[in-house]
Parts: sequence; structure tokens; C-alpha cells
Amino acid sequence: MKEEAFKISGREVTAALHTSLPIMVTFVVLGSGYGILMQKHGFGPLWSLIAGIVIFSGTVQFVSISMLSSGSVIMAAVTAFMVAARHIFFSISMIGRYRREGKRKWYLFYALCDETYAMLSRDDAPEGVNVSAYRLLVTLFDQCSWIVGSFLGGWIGSLLSFDSTGIDFAMTALFATVFIQQWIDSKCHIPAVLGVAATLACRLIFGREYFLIPAMIIIIAVLMIMRKKIEEAETDG
Amino acid sequence: MADYRHAMIIMIVMGLMTLATRILPVLIFGRSEKVPDFILYLGKVVPFTAMGLLIVYCLRDVSVFSGSHAIPEILALAVVAVSYLWKKNSILSVVVGTIVYMFLVQKVF
Repeated sequence: MKEEAFKISGREVTAALHTSLPIMVTFVVLGSGYGILMQKHGFGPLWSLIAGIVIFSGTVQFVSISMLSSGSVIMAAVTAFMVAARHIFFSISMIGRYRREGKRKWYLFYALCDETYAMLSRDDAPEGVNVSAYRLLVTLFDQCSWIVGSFLGGWIGSLLSFDSTGIDFAMTALFATVFIQQWIDSKCHIPAVLGVAATLACRLIFGREYFLIPAMIIIIAVLMIMRKKIEEAETDG
Repeated sequence: MADYRHAMIIMIVMGLMTLATRILPVLIFGRSEKVPDFILYLGKVVPFTAMGLLIVYCLRDVSVFSGSHAIPEILALAVVAVSYLWKKNSILSVVVGTIVYMFLVQKVF
């Protein structure tokens, strides 16, 4: 990838919008669901907006709703860490990519949600687009649409309520399309199979609350043990 | 009436923990001028494992043995896969897959 100075033009905005569009639509809808739920618990749109800046993680925010009024601080801390732990995994794999992003890197890491990670770990910014600006804009568009959605939900939630049951499948579908594209692009399928198999096995063994951390440990361990094999398979023509 | 001071403390604590999961790896492995070799390797391969992890994570509450027996999920994922292999357009596949899924869970099951 070519290294060049940060520069934003219409081209970067268009490319980032194209990438983020499905995420933005889903985030506005899911965010408004969050805002509505917050409102029902006595926390208005301003609270939802602040949570989108202070926490900015859909799963942590949804879990936090019931803890805001009655949870203990220790329980809240442990729960947030357990739910958010997968970000450790994502951040580790973005260190190399973001190392030349200067001060912007702190924003990029702070706002690295699942969906932004799925888009930016693919390294497929369109030809001729400034990669630094593209990364910043995709991250920003995703976060802003979540915050706008949650604010709207808390503010006029009752007006825009329609049956959105199942809308969260959009995120599963998004990850599935990335999964398929990666499968087509790579010669070595060990990492792809490992990701599904290890996580599924851990979900069955450890239960729904605790499976992510063991799954990540197993994945990293297997990737390190099989490093030679994986690297050889990827470079073989 | 909610105790807003307590709520603010809880929110900040949960925010700090979330931030820690995103920033700590950078503070530990990303400070030096030269990023460790194994971190660069993980950076290359982890994205290929992470999508599988995220898909399973999204479907963590689905059971084959109860409820709708995972039929809506399987059908909708099949729609996503087939449409994507056919058109290679992720927006299209996400929209169509989600509509199919919403229809199945709201009207059929």
C-alpha cells in the first residue's frame, strides 16, 4: 500500500460513503432501538448521545442500560470488559496498519467497532484514494450514524417505531459477505476455518457469557503454532 | 426516579473498560518504532479468523434444538452467500438477506 500524506477530497468521501452505507443504515436503525430502550428506562436522547461517545460499542451500550440505574460499579466494569474483550483481538491486528497514522491513530483505535474493523482490515480502499483519509472517514461515518440513530430513537422514537425485529441480521450478513470474499482471495483457508471452529467449540463448551475470551486465546495460540505452515501456504503460487 | 449521578459513574466506568480493550494492545505493542514481527503476522492473519468469530458471535443465541431450529438463520445466510457469489455486491446481499430474515422471523416463525 502506498504511503502518502493525509488528504481529503470528494473522492475519499465518496469511497468511504460507499463502504459505510450498509453499516450506516443499520446503525441508524439499531441505534434508534437503543435510544428507545434508554428512554423507557428514564434516560433521554442526550444520555444516548453521550453514551455513543463515552462507550461507543453497541453491545456494551445495550448491556449497560439495565446497569445504569441499579448496577454496582465492579459488576459494570467486569461486564463491560467481558463484552468488549473481542476488541483486544481487533486492535492487535490493526497496530501494523495504523502505525503511520500519527495522532489520528488514537481516534481510529478508540472508535474501532466490529463493523469498522470488518471494513478496514480488508485493505481494499479503491485505487487512487488516500488511505489515511479513507480510514478516518469510514470510522467517523460509522460512529456518527450510530450516535444520530440513538439520539433520534430517544427523541422521536415513538414516531418512527416500526417492527424492526431481525434488523440486526444485517451485521451477520455483512460479516458473511466479508468472510466469503476473504475465502475467495486467500490460498490458505486454515485461518477462516479456525475462526469459525474455535469460536463455535468455545460457545458450546463455555456457554454464551464466557466463550469469546477462550476462543481468542485458542485462535492466537493456533495461529502462532501454525505460523510457518500458514505463511508458506499463503506465499506459494 | 433514576439516580443520574450513579448512572453517569456506571457509564464512565463501562466506557473506560471498553476503551481499555481498544487502546491497551496499542500501548503494549505499538509504542516502539519497530512493531514486533509476530504482531505484523497476526495483523495479516487475524482478519481472516475474525470474521468467523464475529459470525458465531452474532449467532450466539441461535439453537438448532429449540425455537425455530435455526431455520431462518440458515435460509437467510444461504440467500446472502448465493447472492454474493452471483453478484459480488455486498450492499445488495446485506439488504436482501436482512429483508428475507426479517420476513421469516416476523411473519413465518
